[in-house]
Amino acid sequence: MKIHEFQAKKLLAPYGLRVPDGGVAITSREAGEIAGRLDGRGVMVKAQIHAGGRKHAGGIQRVDGPEAAEAAANQLLGRVLTTAQTGPEGLTVRRVLVESAITAVRELHLALLIDSSSGELTLIGSAKGGADIEEQAASGAVRVNQLRLGAGREARPDAVAQFVADLALDGALHAQACALIDGLQQAFVELDASLIEINPLAVTEAGTLMALDVKMVLDDNALFRHGDLAALRDEDETDLVDLQAQRHQLNYVQLDGDIGMVANGAGLGLATLDMVVAAKGRPANFMDIRTTAKSLDIAHGFRLLLDNPSTRAILINVHGGGMQPCDTIAEGLGIAMRRTGRSLPLVVRLAGNNADFARSRLRNFGCAVIDCPDMWTAAAKAVALAGKGA
Amino acid sequence: MSVFLDRDTRVLCQGMTGWAGTHHVTRMMEYGTHVVGGVTPGKGGRSHLNLPVYDRVADARRETGANASIVFVPPPHAAAAMIEAIEAEMPLVVTVTERVPTLDMVRVRDALKGGRTILVGANSQGILVPGVGKLGVMATGSERPGGIGIISRSASLTSEVVAQISAAKLGQSTTVGVGGDAIHGIRMRECLELFLDDADTEGVVLIGEIGGTEEEEVAEFISGVRTSKPIVALIVGREAPPERRMGHAGALTLGGKGDAAGKIKALEAAGVRIASSAHLVGETIRQALAERG
Repeated sequence: MKIHEFQAKKLLAPYGLRVPDGGVAITSREAGEIAGRLDGRGVMVKAQIHAGGRKHAGGIQRVDGPEAAEAAANQLLGRVLTTAQTGPEGLTVRRVLVESAITAVRELHLALLIDSSSGELTLIGSAKGGADIEEQAASGAVRVNQLRLGAGREARPDAVAQFVADLALDGALHAQACALIDGLQQAFVELDASLIEINPLAVTEAGTLMALDVKMVLDDNALFRHGDLAALRDEDETDLVDLQAQRHQLNYVQLDGDIGMVANGAGLGLATLDMVVAAKGRPANFMDIRTTAKSLDIAHGFRLLLDNPSTRAILINVHGGGMQPCDTIAEGLGIAMRRTGRSLPLVVRLAGNNADFARSRLRNFGCAVIDCPDMWTAAAKAVALAGKGA
Repeated sequence: MSVFLDRDTRVLCQGMTGWAGTHHVTRMMEYGTHVVGGVTPGKGGRSHLNLPVYDRVADARRETGANASIVFVPPPHAAAAMIEAIEAEMPLVVTVTERVPTLDMVRVRDALKGGRTILVGANSQGILVPGVGKLGVMATGSERPGGIGIISRSASLTSEVVAQISAAKLGQSTTVGVGGDAIHGIRMRECLELFLDDADTEGVVLIGEIGGTEEEEVAEFISGVRTSKPIVALIVGREAPPERRMGHAGALTLGGKGDAAGKIKALEAAGVRIASSAHLVGETIRQALAERG
């Protein structure tokens, strides 16, 4: 679960992370008031959306004084911001973070994440930070240092001290950085984070380390033990279709083609997507029915496809497994087709557990389908039918 | 000999008294798997499915001689169950549970270090040795005993590929699902080592997908070994949009890393034959075996 910058800063402050003074505003007037309470002249007004690349898209503005902050907030709030990470549809700005502008003498990059290959909590840092750190690291212009921290439950002071020294931090800054890393490691474990990324981590003129931007992701699978953190979910940031899919045990990704796709299993879904494209078709979505979905959940899933006006044909690729036989999916399809007024070609490929029973269920529902013997035939058929409807 | 599981495997089920445990243990026994007992804390001393139930894995292992365990414990307690099995030195643990918190899996991985336990999963469909036994939740019926080993990140595609291999008049030595999550126990490369050492396995099919680095690790490993066994790989997600999680927690590409093209290139360079589409896996391994003669 992604959370906003202002939420991450607030969560991490008790763990020793220093952040600029400021507050979050949902109206431009509030933004002006917050700016009025801040010391210094420079004010940052930062759009709060769940995506990076805000600076290049004009979502982060440096202004002078409260009036200018109010004007900047007025311009940002309600605006759809399209960055390199939002996709073409962009995200609506509903909040701005108003902070004191900090002059950085130096900028660094620091992150904690779980490395999937080693399965360990891993600290990543580089002596330079900033918006283009990924490109700089990829091109080799910046050296990225790594330190494995095991399960993250024990401090490794000597290794961390060396890691910090490698970031060219010494004296008081070295001690500050070691304490900060210790705190972040504790936060990561206690809050069940998947990612904490501070970029830039600034060295201020006063000689302190301060996080100018924080990106934080929490583990969805661990929210059951963090009721308070679950409340940080911003449902406005989640696509409505996505949200419905999650509630019905479905994994759904909207795409821009015309063939609605359903498979039971992520791997089979990806394979189906590849086959539709190989057959020169354009998928309207990716949908994987999780094994925990019941027939009514599946009916909701089909409804998402039927509600998409771009859908011209539906391709159903099911290999019945031990946890979810074919007939459960047939029942979901039957229910959805009874409820809809739309008539679309339904191309099905049913194999594995209870495939025959699923066919008879569909007949009983009066649900007319084009039954294909294998998934390639089914994909090609769906592509042909979608083309015909165009 | 097959990999992981044979006729001497004695299975303990952690979480047997729940719905999933009851259902799947019944199916496993119907398939001929030798299940010897279950563990549910607080229900020790009872009997379930005519099998003894214990409070603790160590007691169950001592009393029943179990040498493998399958875990159906719900996410909040799944890691503790796995760690308990590891501490009881259970040689093989298969975890079916989905949605185990990632940091819990990090702790489980930590507990595995230096021990003698092989962990398969979590979020795995398990292990199937056709005609011998199943330690998992997969449907059966289309498998047949034979010489192809399957190592997979996807349960649904494993069922599909099993059916294709049987239709090609080949059969399977063992199928194993490493699990759909980013952090899990045994990895594809380690499974492949076991399959290459297995006398019953004549060829191996890898079912990979976007995300992570397991396929790349396999490619690196194969480059350094000599084997006469043909290896075929299917990599799905070629057309998936980048940076979106596609069903599996482990299936997303970040900054071009973990994309299908990179995995296919690495595997091809290592001499692995790529199945060009998911419906051609059975045919591809059949051809590879035939060409080897």
